[in-house]
Amino acid sequence: MDMNQYLSMFIDESNDHLQSLNEKMLELEQSPEDLSIVQVIFRSAHTLKGMAATMGFEDLASLTHKMENVLDLVRNEKLQMKESIFDVLFQSLDALESMVQDIMAGGEGKLDVSHIVSSLQAIEKGEESDPSSIEVSKDSNTGSATSMPALDEFQNSVLIQSIQAGQGVMFIRVIISRTSQLKSVRAYMVFDLLERSGDVVKTEPSVEQIEQDQFEYEFSLYYITQMQSEELKKAILNISEIEEVHVIPLTEEMLGLGANEAAAAAEVIEKPEVIAEAISEADTNSKNTETPKAVPGDEKEKTVRAAAKTNTAPAASKTIRVDIERLDVLMNLFSELLIDRSRLEQLSNELEHTDLIETVAHMSRVSSDLQNIVLKLRMVPVDTVFNRFPRMIRDLAKSLNKKVDLVITGADTELDRTVIDEIGDPLVHLLRNAVDHGVESISTRVESGKSETGTIQLRAFHSGNHVFIEIEDDGAGIYRDKLVKVAISRGVVTEAESAAMTDQQVFQLLFAPGFSTAETISDISGRGVGLDVVKAKITSLGGNVTIHSVPGKGTNFSVQLPLTLSIISAMLIKLGSEKYAIPLSSIVETGIVKKEKIRMVHGTKMISFREALVPFVSLAEFFDVEDYSDEAEDEIEIVVIRKGEQLAALAIDDFIGQNEIVIKTLGKYLPNIQGISGATILGDGQVALIIDPNGLIK
Amino acid sequence: MAEDMKVIVFKLGTEEYGIEVERVQTIERMLPITRVPKTYSFVKGVVNLRGVVIPVIDLGGRFSLPEAEYTDQTRIIIVTVSDMQVGFIVDSANDVVDLNEDDIETPPEIVGGVKAKYLRGVAKLGDERLLIMLNLHEVLNKSEIISLESMEG
Repeated sequence: MDMNQYLSMFIDESNDHLQSLNEKMLELEQSPEDLSIVQVIFRSAHTLKGMAATMGFEDLASLTHKMENVLDLVRNEKLQMKESIFDVLFQSLDALESMVQDIMAGGEGKLDVSHIVSSLQAIEKGEESDPSSIEVSKDSNTGSATSMPALDEFQNSVLIQSIQAGQGVMFIRVIISRTSQLKSVRAYMVFDLLERSGDVVKTEPSVEQIEQDQFEYEFSLYYITQMQSEELKKAILNISEIEEVHVIPLTEEMLGLGANEAAAAAEVIEKPEVIAEAISEADTNSKNTETPKAVPGDEKEKTVRAAAKTNTAPAASKTIRVDIERLDVLMNLFSELLIDRSRLEQLSNELEHTDLIETVAHMSRVSSDLQNIVLKLRMVPVDTVFNRFPRMIRDLAKSLNKKVDLVITGADTELDRTVIDEIGDPLVHLLRNAVDHGVESISTRVESGKSETGTIQLRAFHSGNHVFIEIEDDGAGIYRDKLVKVAISRGVVTEAESAAMTDQQVFQLLFAPGFSTAETISDISGRGVGLDVVKAKITSLGGNVTIHSVPGKGTNFSVQLPLTLSIISAMLIKLGSEKYAIPLSSIVETGIVKKEKIRMVHGTKMISFREALVPFVSLAEFFDVEDYSDEAEDEIEIVVIRKGEQLAALAIDDFIGQNEIVIKTLGKYLPNIQGISGATILGDGQVALIIDPNGLIK
Repeated sequence: MAEDMKVIVFKLGTEEYGIEVERVQTIERMLPITRVPKTYSFVKGVVNLRGVVIPVIDLGGRFSLPEAEYTDQTRIIIVTVSDMQVGFIVDSANDVVDLNEDDIETPPEIVGGVKAKYLRGVAKLGDERLLIMLNLHEVLNKSEIISLESMEG
């Protein structure tokens, strides 16, 4: 079988599982007693193992298997989670991640993990444990799936508890068609389906055996879910080459009876009326019983932990993965449609034909709805970036011997995919910075009367046409005097200049290249070392960073980002016969200056704008426009643009108007052109270049 | 093994040139060109080809041939080379011929003022016609242009 076509799916899903493993492990670290989290981790690891084995990535599969063994002991309460175990498990996750990375890069996913494996094995053996419990029992014979496999005490109690918590428990028997070439794959597909909306508790034969094809054409399992048995049956039968499926809902009594009697009872119960009765009985039971799960863990240590909702089955996600390039094609086609639309509108107005006007008006409405949808297709929740941060902060805090809680809010805020791809690195930098320089050491915090644990807030929210991402720590804050002193000593500003600066301007000094206030520059981050890179990256995305800080109380970095990079509002202008677009987000003001108001300062043209001197740039001159020059004009139209704190006045010929434009690249052949960031297609089919304000302000 | 191939034939000045048909995406009549400032002199600008913005090059200008007027014979040949889409402005394009790899001979040093490195070879068509096969990778190679442009100042 050609596995290549499944490879990208495998990679995507492995990454998802690794991410969720990371998240859940962090969660578990906060409340190590919560076995329901262990269940989720176990399930994720298990699926990962299954996928890796199916794809033939042996190293990956065997390492996950070792992890699973340890987790299995934990969930069966034969092993207590403790810090050393967490460390080894996190190491394993890192190793798995690099294997997946390797596979992504076209490798085999091979990695020497012998030391991790030996630590895992040590953990496994370190606690006195019954080795037979590690492997799911292999002794039972595979043929007789008609009777229910025996459950051990723990499994039985899990099932009973689930029923008490209002979940359905089913006994499922699946028979795969004898003609099937790949029965283990079919079995895997069944498990995959089941694991999406519930928990598989015990299988017969064991999962290992099924994976290794060591089973006849049928297998059975216990399953906890919210789904109805009929629905479940249908879903499983939907998988091809599945011949027969029996789903028997179980009640508390049946489980209480023990496996053999339950089997007998199940025979009886496979009649609808009785099932209904059994279900209603289970319902009443669940009302009377308390939910058995108590949430342990310290009150003050509320970090990223999502409320303990791990017990509920994750909703089956109704999404499909689409190649971003296909979306780009859709986008291109759509922008053509928009161009035709404006042409049609123009034509229908000229022709004054009522029916035509009405039809075009309707088409316009439909296409603007379509436009919204197409744009939304490219939107991705920031969660995809944020989700790697909890783990990062954990490791950082640990290596710095600090206590840090990361609180994430607004992770569902959506941003354009292109922005998402770019924003990760700057955020990593700001977060590292917050842990390293923002949050003080434990002793300092205690001395200044703060709690031992520092808090870093990571917030995302919409505001108008922008998304804000804020990183706020409750650490030491920035001391203006200290910062100014360093700035002067580095020659970034003069003493006279610094006196006139606002706090905001002083904070912006942090973004100056090569600037650092850290007395000792650590390997993690020096405040300032690299912050200029952060700033540059965010500006290149059309965003902005501002800093607010109260000495002793903390610092807030606020990153403002445009919602999307593909469609923007722009001001269209004319230079002779040529048309250009200036992004509205960088325009401060438009106006007119008299020629005599232009002054020469140090050889550059300047004008005064709101009591400040602003450089005056003749666009026609800059772009060597042939048929227009502002020399001949007495009154010159200007557009004042902004890049961060700096302003510049662009001299133009005339304004055309404001428009929504679709940004296109100039193609790979053209080099980065100074002052031009791309092109757009106007309503008449003409191409207009988009002016890049960052390239015009030095 | 020598392979048969189809070649699009176009004219620049008095010479006939050829590009393998697989490289050619489409041949268009002259389109409105938007000038792009601050780039190479032979880059005439960008065109809108059904929603995609594509740079167009004056191929004659690229080979430092004398400039030709655009007529109703002028065509833009859109080619795709290693992920890049570029349009070539040529004087005319109106023929497709079958060639065999064996028909292509190593180019002489200078053919019609075009440097040998831009050429894959010269193919004989019948008794009279000579077809100059282009090496598109070299034609679109930018590293050399940059040094060239800076020499011109």
